[in-house]
Amino acid sequence: MSDGRPVTLFNLTERAMSAQLVRMNAATSNLANAGSVASSADQAYRPIRAVFTAEVDRASGLTSVSSGALVRAETEPTKRYDPGHPLADRDGNVFEAGVDESAEMVEIMESARQYQNMVQAMQTAKQLMLETLRSK
Amino acid sequence: MSENLFGIHGAALEVRSKRMGVLASNIANAATPGYKARDVDFAAALDAKLAQGRASAPALSAGEDAALLYRTPTMASLDGNTVELNREQLAFAENALAYSATLSFVQGKVNTLTRALKGE
Repeated sequence: MSDGRPVTLFNLTERAMSAQLVRMNAATSNLANAGSVASSADQAYRPIRAVFTAEVDRASGLTSVSSGALVRAETEPTKRYDPGHPLADRDGNVFEAGVDESAEMVEIMESARQYQNMVQAMQTAKQLMLETLRSK
Repeated sequence: MSENLFGIHGAALEVRSKRMGVLASNIANAATPGYKARDVDFAAALDAKLAQGRASAPALSAGEDAALLYRTPTMASLDGNTVELNREQLAFAENALAYSATLSFVQGKVNTLTRALKGE
């Protein structure tokens, strides 16, 4: 795998948690840039999305996850007529980042939910492993 | 040796442990586009495990792979991911309980044996 170590349930959880963290950070960056304005459509902020890829480990039969790449969503910025704006172009238009705040909030909530779910599963698995170890 | 001692429970514990890994993988990949959720057909996997123990051939894992099936989603999602968190959670809980039960059978066997050895 990526670092040559055998994949265990713990590293699987670790990777899943970092992947969700990247996803949450991406959504937070989008929220932070919502409403940012640029003077041309090309310069306007485009929302970023974390895209996950599955990583199969043949030896252990586990499939971990990694956030492969951050992709820029092709959401067109909103053109707004505001000639008094300092960043307005020659025609008096400014371009506002095409960030959907509610969609980003939902993305963060979903990510948090999946993060919690993974932690819960890991705790249960750990509990069972400890019980197995303690049996004599 | 261990098979005679624990009967079916040793093999069952291994299959339960493997299934726990598979279900944890599904939960980890809940947001991976195109990921297909999998699950272990417990009865088939247990049969394969027992057959493997009898044949005493360690490289006989074809039966185990055949017991690893793809889940049919209740409702397919647009990105091709077939993980449904509620189902995975339920399966995980059920599997954890069954693991616990199997473990207590194994522990009971061990206790019986220790008691016999000590001659109490």
